[in-house]
Amino acid sequence: MATLIKNKRIAPDSWQLLKPAAEGGLPDVPVTGDWLVPLAIWSEQRTQLSQRSGRNGVWLENTEDPRLLALDFDKLALIAVRFPKFTDGRGYSIARLLRRLGWKGELRAVGDVLRDQLFYMTRCGFDAFALREDQDAQAALTAFSDFSAPYQPAIDDGVRLGTVRAESKTAINTLSPW
Amino acid sequence: MYRYDDIDQHIVAERVAQFRDQTRRFLAGQLLEDDFKPLRLQNGLYVQKHAPMLRVAVPYGMLSSAQVRMFAHIARKYDRGYGHFSTRQNIQFNWPKLAEVPDILADLAKVEMHAIQTSGNCIRNITTDHLAGVSPDEIVNPLVWTEVLRQWSTFHPEFAFLPRKFKIAVSGATEDRAAIQLHDIGLQAARNTQGEVGFKVYVGGGMGRTPVIGKVIREFLPWQHVLTYLEAVLRVYNRYGRRDNLYKARIKILVKERTMAVYRDEVDAEWASLVDGPGTLTRDVVDGIAARFTSPAYRALPKDDSELKTYLDADGAFARWHGRNVHAHKVPGYAAVTLSLKRPGVPPGDVTDVQLEAIAELVDRYSFGELRVTHEQNVVLPDVEQRELHALWREAKALGLATPNIGLITNIIACPGGDFCSLANAVSIPVALAIDERFQNLDYVHDIGELDLNISGCMNSCGHHHIGHIGILGVDKNGEEWYQISIGGAQGNNASLGKVIGPSFARADVPDVVEKLIEHYLEHRDSPEERFIDVVQRIGIEPFKRHVYGDSDKKQAHRARQLATT
Ligand code: HEM
Ligand code: SF4
Repeated sequence: MATLIKNKRIAPDSWQLLKPAAEGGLPDVPVTGDWLVPLAIWSEQRTQLSQRSGRNGVWLENTEDPRLLALDFDKLALIAVRFPKFTDGRGYSIARLLRRLGWKGELRAVGDVLRDQLFYMTRCGFDAFALREDQDAQAALTAFSDFSAPYQPAIDDGVRLGTVRAESKTAINTLSPW
Repeated sequence: MYRYDDIDQHIVAERVAQFRDQTRRFLAGQLLEDDFKPLRLQNGLYVQKHAPMLRVAVPYGMLSSAQVRMFAHIARKYDRGYGHFSTRQNIQFNWPKLAEVPDILADLAKVEMHAIQTSGNCIRNITTDHLAGVSPDEIVNPLVWTEVLRQWSTFHPEFAFLPRKFKIAVSGATEDRAAIQLHDIGLQAARNTQGEVGFKVYVGGGMGRTPVIGKVIREFLPWQHVLTYLEAVLRVYNRYGRRDNLYKARIKILVKERTMAVYRDEVDAEWASLVDGPGTLTRDVVDGIAARFTSPAYRALPKDDSELKTYLDADGAFARWHGRNVHAHKVPGYAAVTLSLKRPGVPPGDVTDVQLEAIAELVDRYSFGELRVTHEQNVVLPDVEQRELHALWREAKALGLATPNIGLITNIIACPGGDFCSLANAVSIPVALAIDERFQNLDYVHDIGELDLNISGCMNSCGHHHIGHIGILGVDKNGEEWYQISIGGAQGNNASLGKVIGPSFARADVPDVVEKLIEHYLEHRDSPEERFIDVVQRIGIEPFKRHVYGDSDKKQAHRARQLATT
């Protein structure tokens, strides 16, 4: 099992990942327990699933449109975005879009999730990470503090470019940007 | 010159620590090769033929003398005594050891430098006009804007793993000297009728195996919106750019496949959610960044220096250098000077530690301690008093930095090619040296006039062969090195892509072919003012082709010879 980091701590994970059946069909979702299902299953069985006793979550492929979930936010306890390879950066944009659409709940990165990307992922809106199996979760916790002051605005803070900047003027300023 | 504040300094220090830890984990076997590779690339570290190659960022091509001295130190201590200025205004070191790279980065941080995002599929170092801020044809000074973009793109959390690398260039002058139409995004600073600053935005330009001239996506983007608009451009690219094929992954292919109209609509739809949001620039922010630039303490001088006139009249060699390597300045009594790094027997762009020290010295004495790197692999002293030009020339000449060849055929752009690069089909540097050797008669070279000759060792086009008036491309034929020659490419406002003149040539024949092209040009020009490129545009490539390959008999003989050797 991949170790889960949530809100910058190692956390227990109650969620199970439902994979499409091998023949391509959609397996049944158990009535109890917290299940994370593919978007296709959710779209198909949204009504039945909402009546389960366990909690519902959806995982998105990075090619899927996050807007398809926007009307269902109140029915979900978790949204995950899968990284097929850590070098495939589409998931970062998906996360930002989900936050912009108003998703306030847990946003989890799953798949090829590595320590050295946690800082960026956090700034794009992820707050939970199911690390790839070989990752040292304890060591990974230090990645959140790789940088103390980002340059540009993102999701996580009210940073504005250059807010903390001032001082110095010289005689003839040929450098006016205006 | 932009000076770091505490935040900038802190960020580069943290980057050094982060990379030191990543390198340590890699060397200890805790970080897999495949997981480390994108991380080291985002720190400018390639693994090349002989050793790692470290590309150091020179944001918008600006350097202080202290930084130049640090390059000399790095070349001496960690390398083999030299560095290589690249066509993207950066400097590369060809022989560092992986384990020492964190130390090099720590040394760089001491002089406000780094190697952040000089490689990898992220937003690369922002480039601009090497005469930014000093050229009389400037509409808007682009320097502060390039720094705004540098800060915005540095460690941008969303755009570190794009489908492919992403290059942005900015020009603020009427003449584009930054090849903005050959970048993923080109920004041309402009003013609207109210005199307010904004940008004409080009997108989808680039060289490589599918060269494309960028197209205008927005005619005038008010400055407040530049970051949110770029965010929209990049987000659409990040989501939909192709990731299935390395050669189709640049934004130019996305724009081509969707058409500009469709792509523009998608960007506008995304931008609608961002415009006036937290990424919007305010005057305070821009002024705050502008205030961190030091500006030269120019003296009040007469427009034309009388002493200079005397020297120009008296000294032909000086006048020749002045004609090619000295550029007009917007402050009266000043000039910008290109020190040519192109001279017989030396690979284009290479500088030794001794030369770097000497350049730093000149920069301190003649140009307020500031230097620029050009995309033609030379360096510029941007702020020289006219009355000191003669003294500067004498010193530069003694150092071998005064070849009077800016804009001329011997100012060759060449990539590292097969001598250093593992992607190469063929060598570039020896070809550049052979052509240079052929054109050693200065009178002849000056008579030929303006001519850009660019060489790349493979289709990736690091040597800009597509936009050379004469472009030379190394190709591989059954394991042998051949060279394809094109003519009619151009950079600048009327950027165009060269056309191949015919079957490729063996290395030894390349200087002859270049000479033939020149001969034909000299025969056909109307006047010495008509440049090579003008003649190609006027009469087309056919006559050149015939002159090079001869009549059809000779052409067949050439083919036969080629077939026999391949
Ligand atoms: C020796 C190590 C180098 C390697 C492995 C390398 C690799 C590449 C590759 C793979 C591309 C094509 C990218 C694409 O089309 O998507 C490229 C393009 C380019 N490289 Fe290099 N390069 C090297 C050195 C250089 C140097 C020394 C320069 C500057 C002199 C340079 C400047 C450029 C430029 C200007 C482009 C064209 C960008 C465009 O397609 O618009 N590269 N390089
Ligand atoms: S053009 Fe090709 S050979 Fe030259 S440096 Fe680039 S990748 Fe290497």
